[in-house]
Amino acid sequence: MAETKKLAIIASQGTLDWAYPPFILASTAAAMDMEAVVFFTFYGLPLLKKEIDAKVAPHTNPAMPMKMPFGSPGFQAFNWPVPNIISGNMPGFDNMATSLMKETFKKKGVATVEQLREMCQESGVRFIACQMTMEVFGFSKEEFIDGVEYGGAATFLEYAADADISLFV
Amino acid sequence: MSTIASSVELDCKGLNCPLPILKTKKAIDGMQSGEVLKMTATDPGSVSDMASWANRTGNEVVEHEEASGTHTFYIKKK
Repeated sequence: MAETKKLAIIASQGTLDWAYPPFILASTAAAMDMEAVVFFTFYGLPLLKKEIDAKVAPHTNPAMPMKMPFGSPGFQAFNWPVPNIISGNMPGFDNMATSLMKETFKKKGVATVEQLREMCQESGVRFIACQMTMEVFGFSKEEFIDGVEYGGAATFLEYAADADISLFV
Repeated sequence: MSTIASSVELDCKGLNCPLPILKTKKAIDGMQSGEVLKMTATDPGSVSDMASWANRTGNEVVEHEEASGTHTFYIKKK
């Protein structure tokens, strides 16, 4: 086998849908005997909090299917045409859409973000939190899970300079 | 049905990407070289993913069979 491949990911988004790709790819890379580093910056930083409270905001994404995780197959397949005036203004709409998406994921046998994050750490994926974003948004290390490294752009780039795969999510 | 003898069995039915791969890797890590893992999955994507995973890690999918939506993989640890 050739030398160990390296994956470098920047996780910059904090909604539930965008929380998945970094953790899926990093955990799978580790399972494929690759090294993986995820650098959490800007809105990706809260994904390192002990409790992940990521949500989806359907009014910001017209491509997001609005489907129900229960009922007959025909009912579940129906894509509800929710106008932005409702999804963007109705109090609690994001919370409702978030719990529906979580329920769908569960039913389809998809791991939770927390589970994937744990599996990343178990398999040696390194998490780096952007120190600058922490200062700007006022996060403290106590809010984050254990095992996180702290650094800046140079810390990430030192690793990424030798990476075989570099992704910005 | 396959006649291949397996020493460890892993049920990934109902699980979706990337869990079958992650669980397979975990199971393989706890096995001896040459031992065979029997993994079952219902995720249709696992067919292509298992092949790619084996390709990169050097473990071998000795046999793959499909019966009414359930895929069975026999994976020999390198």
